Amino acid sequence: MIPELGHIALIVALCVSFILGLLPLLGVARNNRVWMLSGQSLSVLMFLMTTCSFACLSYAFLTDDFSVRYVADNSNTLLPIQYKFSAVWSAHEGSLLLWVWLLTAWTAAVAWFGRFLPLQMHARVLAVLGLIASGFFLFTLLTSNPFARNFPFPPAEGADLNPLLQDFGLVIHPPVLYLGYVGFSVAFAFAISALLGGRLDASWARWARPWTMAAWMFLTLGIALGSWWAYYELGWGGWWFWDPVENASFMPWLTGTALIHSLAVTEKRGVFKSWTVLLAIFTFSLSLLGTFLVRSGVLTSVHAFATDPERGYFILAFLGLVVGGSLSLFAIKAPELKSIVRFDWVSREVSLLLNNLVLVVVMTIVLLGTLYPLIADALQLGKISVGPPYFNFFFIPLMFLLLLILPVGSRLRWKSTRQRYLANLFKKPLFIALILTPAVSFVATGLWLWQALLATFLFNWVVIHTVDDWFFQTRTASSFLARFRKPGLSYYSMFFGHLGIAVCALGIAYTALLSQEKDVRMEAGKHQTLGGYEFVFEKLEQVQGPNYFADRATVTIYQNGEPLAELKPEKRRYFSGRGQMMTEAGIRAGLFLDLYVAMGEPLDDSRQVWAMRLYLKPFVRCVWLGALIMALGACMSLLDKRYRFREVAEG
Amino acid sequence: MMKKLFYFLPLVFFFVLAAFLLKGLELDPSAMPSALIDKPVPSFQLDTLESDTVMTEKDLTSKVLLLNVWATWCVSCRIEHPYLLKMAETGVNIVGLNYKDNDEQARAWLAELGNPYLFNLRDNNGKLGLDLGVFGAPETFVIDKRGVIRFRHVGVIDDRIWTEILKPVVDQLTSER
Repeated sequence: MIPELGHIALIVALCVSFILGLLPLLGVARNNRVWMLSGQSLSVLMFLMTTCSFACLSYAFLTDDFSVRYVADNSNTLLPIQYKFSAVWSAHEGSLLLWVWLLTAWTAAVAWFGRFLPLQMHARVLAVLGLIASGFFLFTLLTSNPFARNFPFPPAEGADLNPLLQDFGLVIHPPVLYLGYVGFSVAFAFAISALLGGRLDASWARWARPWTMAAWMFLTLGIALGSWWAYYELGWGGWWFWDPVENASFMPWLTGTALIHSLAVTEKRGVFKSWTVLLAIFTFSLSLLGTFLVRSGVLTSVHAFATDPERGYFILAFLGLVVGGSLSLFAIKAPELKSIVRFDWVSREVSLLLNNLVLVVVMTIVLLGTLYPLIADALQLGKISVGPPYFNFFFIPLMFLLLLILPVGSRLRWKSTRQRYLANLFKKPLFIALILTPAVSFVATGLWLWQALLATFLFNWVVIHTVDDWFFQTRTASSFLARFRKPGLSYYSMFFGHLGIAVCALGIAYTALLSQEKDVRMEAGKHQTLGGYEFVFEKLEQVQGPNYFADRATVTIYQNGEPLAELKPEKRRYFSGRGQMMTEAGIRAGLFLDLYVAMGEPLDDSRQVWAMRLYLKPFVRCVWLGALIMALGACMSLLDKRYRFREVAEG
Repeated sequence: MMKKLFYFLPLVFFFVLAAFLLKGLELDPSAMPSALIDKPVPSFQLDTLESDTVMTEKDLTSKVLLLNVWATWCVSCRIEHPYLLKMAETGVNIVGLNYKDNDEQARAWLAELGNPYLFNLRDNNGKLGLDLGVFGAPETFVIDKRGVIRFRHVGVIDDRIWTEILKPVVDQLTSER
């Protein structure tokens, strides 16, 4: 009964989304105030209905209702309770429901927080979000109904959740990532409404900024969580694989990063209007494209969900409608947008345009690399994978360029910058960065590597400029403490955003250059050394978890004869039908160094001798720390009072 | 007027992309012909992941072999791998060509996922791969008893590809003198 209730709630939500997509727009056309206002209550109703549906599916999981096919395929009575809950979004149908639920949540948030916006604008934005939601409701109901029953013979036991996904990382990674993906629909809706309205002043950029920032924050966190999860759960010691699904989340991040910068220019200076609109369309389109790639099975990936061409056609048609429609609207309306403001070549405007250019070029390269197997296949060149060599070849030099121009962009003045001011601005930081680089690089890595020197220089360059700029901005403050309060939260948002990317880039470079690994044969009492650390295999035992058996090794790590850490890597074998094997790595995490031990295969019949892999992963934590700092920056911008609209400004 | 057309560029770009995506939905991995069909395996001297013995094209003669091009950076190879293990269990001779890869990682891969290969040629700089005209990984060549390439399959081998396409070729070559 409960699953049917969830199904019906979803159908009602679909109907509401249709009305939401039409009525406010009609209201704008007819200048009917009530119809325009209806958008707000309809958004909330749509959200409540979807919440109800999501709750029903969760209930089916928590009560082990295996008559629901989706539950039977992805859960099991032995599954610990928190994983029963996260299993809701572990496969295609449920994660789609999560997606659409989050979309309605964003819509409801826009309905509430945007109630001081001009009524026409607000009505249009909500209608666009309603139309997007109706596409996803239709997709869920027509091709991927999570409430389908297994009648007349429901299985007595479920097939279990994929053990890879029985982990804390999976509980939070998809919701956070989806919040980011879906959040860009709000920026998209603002851009489309602005185009529809025809009067594209800078105000839409001002309204869209906090929403875009919030979406970007979630996407940054979501990608970092996914990378962290892959690192400790896959047991390969890697944290980024240039897998199509990773790329699908990285592409909107790249254009989203361009978008938050471009929105700032449009808001402050009223230029690049059509470019910003285009970026907003791109960013959301790439989120949709990501969905298409993951769900249609056109590309092979470690993430691929059950594939089904019917779903592929549906998403492609939807993609065609949304992206084709919005780009057509752009082609027709954008030529009317004119920027009257002038600026010099040496100005913040131009350097931010350069930043946008680099980010979009990187996105294009990732897109090409991701789709190349598909294009090659379509042109009858065969099915192949494009590996990290391709991505790294382009990505590293372009990121270098991006970090090099980053301080330039943040320190130049709007409109035009005088040459003399420029020289003064860059002389000192360049000097300090050059002096510090060899020292920092050698202390951190213990080696003289030109790649490490280069990466360290970039890190210093960005950090010194960021800090120096803070001193410059706060030079007029009366006391040292007053300095901290001098610049607004938006300034700190940029400050931490830029520090974050520097830390992340340094982490990527160091961990790529300095990681060590070793494959060894281990049995009780044996020891191995790697990079000055001694790994001693103490013992091996068999343990039983709630739904698995495991071989658990105890490895003690000594440094200079002193015990440093005790790691307990496991090789698990899950009970359920699939009988899947899982590697649970033993990791000692540290800001500067991770020690990582993963079990391979048993080498004898008594399971006492094991192939094991030992890793030293220096600075790998900095990659995620950097992402956290970036997200913190975005969060500060959200708290800035400038973006709270209290007055009614009817247009 | 020209400037207005300029704004249609994103739309045009998107339609090209969409056409490829549409085509992608209809496609299936399929075998493709190669200029090397019925030519001997190009000459090479490579050592293996397993030992320092140098192998040459002569070591690929005397039985019907599959020469499978793989690498640890290749996601599709990871998908293909379990099936190769199954094939090896049924007695199919598979030689690996570890293409543009890191030796340590490649050995770790085999230790973790199992080794379906008789031996693995170490083609670190991709020289043999280049001679074979490899686009990427995975690719598989069927080589007869005289060391001549008789068939080429680009892409992942799965149950369907093996039973419908490759196995008939292998069986026929095995029955040749």
